[in-house]
Amino acid sequence: MTETMISLKKIEKTYKMGQNTVHALDHVSLSIEEGDFVSIVGPSGSGKSTLMNTMGCLDHPDSGEYVLGGSHVDSLKDWQLADIRNQKIGFIFQNFNLLGKLTALENVELPLIYRGTKAKERREQAMASLAQVGIEERAEHLPNQLSGGQQQRVAIARALVGQPSILLADEPTGALDSRTSEEIMDLLIALNKEGRTIILITHDLHVARKAKRTVSISDGKLYEGEHVL
Amino acid sequence: MNLLTSINMALRNIRANKTRAFLTMLGIIIGVSSVIVLVAIGQGSSKSVADSVNSLGTNLITVNIMNTDTPYTMDDIGQVQKVYGVKSISPVLTGRVTVQNGSTSTQVALTGTNADYLTTRQLSVGDGRFISTIDDQYRQKEVVLGSQVAQTLFGSASPVNQSVLINGNRYNVIGVLNTKGGSMGQSSDQSVFIPFSTAQRLLQTTHITQFYAQADNQQDVNIAMAGIQRAVGQVYSNTDDYTVINQQDVMNAMDSVTQTMTMLLGGIAGISLLVGGIGIMNIMFVSVTERTREIGIRKAIGAKRRDILLQFLIESTVLSMIGGLCGVAIGLLAGWIYTTVTGGLAVYSITVIVFAFLFSALIGIIFGVFPANKASKLSPIEALRFE
Repeated sequence: MTETMISLKKIEKTYKMGQNTVHALDHVSLSIEEGDFVSIVGPSGSGKSTLMNTMGCLDHPDSGEYVLGGSHVDSLKDWQLADIRNQKIGFIFQNFNLLGKLTALENVELPLIYRGTKAKERREQAMASLAQVGIEERAEHLPNQLSGGQQQRVAIARALVGQPSILLADEPTGALDSRTSEEIMDLLIALNKEGRTIILITHDLHVARKAKRTVSISDGKLYEGEHVL
Repeated sequence: MNLLTSINMALRNIRANKTRAFLTMLGIIIGVSSVIVLVAIGQGSSKSVADSVNSLGTNLITVNIMNTDTPYTMDDIGQVQKVYGVKSISPVLTGRVTVQNGSTSTQVALTGTNADYLTTRQLSVGDGRFISTIDDQYRQKEVVLGSQVAQTLFGSASPVNQSVLINGNRYNVIGVLNTKGGSMGQSSDQSVFIPFSTAQRLLQTTHITQFYAQADNQQDVNIAMAGIQRAVGQVYSNTDDYTVINQQDVMNAMDSVTQTMTMLLGGIAGISLLVGGIGIMNIMFVSVTERTREIGIRKAIGAKRRDILLQFLIESTVLSMIGGLCGVAIGLLAGWIYTTVTGGLAVYSITVIVFAFLFSALIGIIFGVFPANKASKLSPIEALRFE
């Protein structure tokens, strides 16, 4: 029905920790369709951060094949990966990762600045993005003048502003109370209904079950469903 | 990312840390302002020396005789008188003497010379008259006082027709010179002048160790110099025995001295500029570490190495350029204070000001490269994990 957005084939990544070699990703294969909402669950140390970094083009796999939106990204150079991150991926972090000295609007504008969008267009797109997450009236506020939920909305607006192919959310509700968590999850579900591909990484099964599909990771191996938990 | 946005971002970061930015810039401010002030003062003193050398007249030729075995005599002077282009000649004998009027006495420089001295050295008589040719011929015990000597010995009273004791001998005061000011420790204001023949007797010497010649005009200075060299060379075969110099030579020598001084001052100031640059580098390194997380975020959302490099480079350059501008302003202000307080001369050179400013910008770039490079090389994963 839809085309494949993400295709991971036999991805391997190892780290050396002293004498031991840790298989953070052990022949991981995963395919995600456009418009899907996938949650990846796993305890800490299971390799989900490494998977997230690989899918987010922040890190190179040791071996394997990674196709994102039709282009092979496993063999790209650092500067090419920066472009991919800028154009195809929207990051949402647990601790929001907004720049404290910039206003909400300026934070949302950042990806467009690195893309080279003109100031006027940039402003319009950033405002539209803030409106989409329902926080446009806080555009001129600094992050420390906003609540956690509001900051996460700004971060989501920043992830959305570049019209990326996928949204990568790493524990987006980890730093929020349960009520705001609900709101943020509802927002993500709404965004998915509009057709966005969302990958959610969490250790919280309650959160993970809101996604259409759940995969679990343990000791670097990936399983369909709530295998390990 | 365009340049204007980058500069804007750099300015925001600087404004967010005002005290630190100011302290960082302080080194550059001190460096730039001291370069400007010290060079201006150096060039100012060079100019005032040049002015005082010029006040002696550009047609003046000075001959010094270093050989004390073979005396240079008045007959030899007579030969020089015949040289083409020489207008007048004044032999001089110099010594230090005690001059006394009643109970007041003072140590001064004594010059024994002839009537032409007044024109060769471009002096003028304020009261009475100068030594005449007849005074010289008859070894008259007459003296002309420099203005300061007259002031010391006689106060406001006129010394003309009074008498003073020079090394215990009584001399008639026939005139007082106008104040001229002097250079390089030789001021006519603090000298007394007696006829040449009288001085030979007083100082008990027949040797002429120095004489001044005045050329007809500026064009003939070099011709006259060559002629004098030839005439003196007939007496002394060794060129080490005498020197013939004109004011241009003196000026060149002084110029090279003040130039060295200016270079030295500029060099010291330049070093402080360099130290200022190291201060900037230091702070930029701190800033990179502090902002590791910010760098990680920026990289995650698509900043390339080049973007991060440029951001920090522009920040250090903007910082040092603001410091440079402040330094120029403070330098000009300090120079103005110097001239008003000390009455000295400060000559500003646009070249130096522009150079100092551009150098400060350059320092920002050079010393910004290392921290900026460090920032740009951070791995986004590591940087995002940084607390």
